[in-house]
Amino acid sequence: MPVLWLRVALAFYTLGLLYALLALTGGASRLSRIALPAMTLGVVFQFVSVTESVMRSGQIALGSVNDSESFLAILVMLAFMIVFLLYRTTSPGIVVFPLVFVLTFMAATGQQPFLVTSPGLRHGWLIAHIALIFTGYAALFLSFSASILYLAQERSLKSKKPGGLLLRLPALEVIDEIGYRSLLLGFPFMTLGLVAGIVVAQATFGRIDLLDPKILLSILMWAVYMLMLYTRWNAGWRGRRAAYLAAGAFVAALIAWSANYFSAIHRFVQS
Amino acid sequence: MKFQLIGVNHNTAPVEVRERLAIPESRMPEAVKRLAEHPGVDEGLILSTCNRVEMLTQTKNGGADLRQFLGSYFRVDPSAYESHLYEYHEKDAIRHLFRVTSSLDSMVVGEPQILGQVKEAYATARAVGAVHSQLDLLLTRAFAVAKRVRTETAVGSSAVSVASVAVELAKKIFGSLSGKHVYLVGAGKMSELAARHLLAHGAGSIFVANRTYDRASQLAAKFNGQAIRFEELYETCDRADIVITSTGAPVTIFRREHGERFLSRRKNRPMFFIDIAVPRDVDPEMNRLDGIFVYDIDDLQQAVSSHVADRTREAERAEAIVNQEVERFQARLQTLDVVPTIVSLQDHLETIRQAEIDRVRGRLGTLSPDQELAIETLTRGIVSKIMHTPITALKTAAHEPEATTVIDIARRLFNLEGKDRKERKKKAVESAGGDPGATG
Repeated sequence: MPVLWLRVALAFYTLGLLYALLALTGGASRLSRIALPAMTLGVVFQFVSVTESVMRSGQIALGSVNDSESFLAILVMLAFMIVFLLYRTTSPGIVVFPLVFVLTFMAATGQQPFLVTSPGLRHGWLIAHIALIFTGYAALFLSFSASILYLAQERSLKSKKPGGLLLRLPALEVIDEIGYRSLLLGFPFMTLGLVAGIVVAQATFGRIDLLDPKILLSILMWAVYMLMLYTRWNAGWRGRRAAYLAAGAFVAALIAWSANYFSAIHRFVQS
Repeated sequence: MKFQLIGVNHNTAPVEVRERLAIPESRMPEAVKRLAEHPGVDEGLILSTCNRVEMLTQTKNGGADLRQFLGSYFRVDPSAYESHLYEYHEKDAIRHLFRVTSSLDSMVVGEPQILGQVKEAYATARAVGAVHSQLDLLLTRAFAVAKRVRTETAVGSSAVSVASVAVELAKKIFGSLSGKHVYLVGAGKMSELAARHLLAHGAGSIFVANRTYDRASQLAAKFNGQAIRFEELYETCDRADIVITSTGAPVTIFRREHGERFLSRRKNRPMFFIDIAVPRDVDPEMNRLDGIFVYDIDDLQQAVSSHVADRTREAERAEAIVNQEVERFQARLQTLDVVPTIVSLQDHLETIRQAEIDRVRGRLGTLSPDQELAIETLTRGIVSKIMHTPITALKTAAHEPEATTVIDIARRLFNLEGKDRKERKKKAVESAGGDPGATG
């Protein structure tokens, strides 16, 4: 059943994906009116799917890569909805919707490798680790989306041919604020999540291997994140430079995530 | 029952002429009353705005001398305005009113104020009894047409003037303008206008720098802003989010290195330069800097004209709506007109009379010409006696607001509905064929 619900969610997300693609090509579509309700329904079904899957496995923690991806998609959508409620704009959806679609698609079609949970593992810390880190990811994704919108809007303003996309995107400073706020909010989550991860690792292995790819890449990602905030505070970097950094942090996050497949201590293994 | 309209507007008359004919609000009730009492005029309405002065009347036979009214009311030498006047009758008057009310005849097509101004003129005229029946119908229809144009077309939805385009762009950069600072470099009329627009949309404080400090302080005082000495321009300019330049300087005032300095002092918060000077005050290279947006007068005008192109298309749709509504209103007026009803009432009774004579004629045998005549006179007398009251009632009703009701009742009582409609259709076909303009 969880997979069925997930596929229903995926069907709804397809509408959001179409909306995003059409919006990028500049066509004012009727989809814009149904995209938000469709995505909302998608989240509901996905939530049902994840809940059912977790209950079935009997583990409190997210048992599989698929569930994690699903969970992350939900968090990203929640972040998007908070932005929507605050700013009344669906524009970040142009980037967020495809991302959510891809995450859900991977979750719905992927294999089912299970995360080995060692007996000595402390569940509380693990849950905290996953929830915090994923919230951090969601914020980072949103910030990245905002950066892309910022670049689009900036380019449109500079080209002096206002029209098309420019008319529908929010004002430059509003986009900037969305990106900055999500960045700022995501940072404590990311930091605390890493701390929780370190606690889990120490409890499991007794020591921390700094050269393990997962740990190394996580620290790298955190450093890029920190750098983004620093340049923003100090030099007010925004626009193109901030977008490159956000893209960098996004890529670092992706690599840190993929490290799950070859790290010794943090691995999803076929059971 | 004829509509007649006379007036001047921004297309036909320069402001010197328009201001001579303008009627201040305080004198409007009296003026419109006098218009309604002018010989030949039944109802009247006067619209006086900065772009137009128009007198709309409903006259008994379409021949009221409105020019004479202008002459007697304004006591201005008619030669001063005569050549700028336009005069419309009937259908053209209806169309003109619809176009004016829908803001299609405005200087800035689609601007929303005109509807309110017509409504005010209507209220004033109604209050003094100058508008009561036909004009009332016409104006009510005009408001409905304006509403239709506004909801069914995009006329009036986008800005046109350079100043409002600047505001729109500023909003696209900053979102809300509240708390944003505006810096005027050079104190020209146009930059003043742009500043006024920005302030009207919520912009915060204003700085003014000018070569002559006095002029700067004058302008600053107008906006409750702060005057700045020109030598301090580069030190203070980074305080502004929006910079409007309009100096007569032969070389650029702001170059790339200035922009870089401003940005680093502002921590890269965006700046919007509106350069309305010719030759330009801002080096176009500045637009390459992250976070600085430079629009010169041509860029703004280009943005304006892309709006205008949209508007022309929308205005065409609006004109089509107006034409359609004029036809509709005329059809409605025809129903209102009592003459066709009276004619068909007479026809109807005459047919009955003839039929009755034909029916009994055979039974009467041969009659002398005198007797024939007597029968004719007798039946005609009866018919016209019967018809006298309803026809008088219809004629009286024509000048009352309840005309439609009375006409309706008469039609129903004498069963004129079907016959009449057929005939009207025939007439409409004939007139459409005879007047090629009516189809366009």
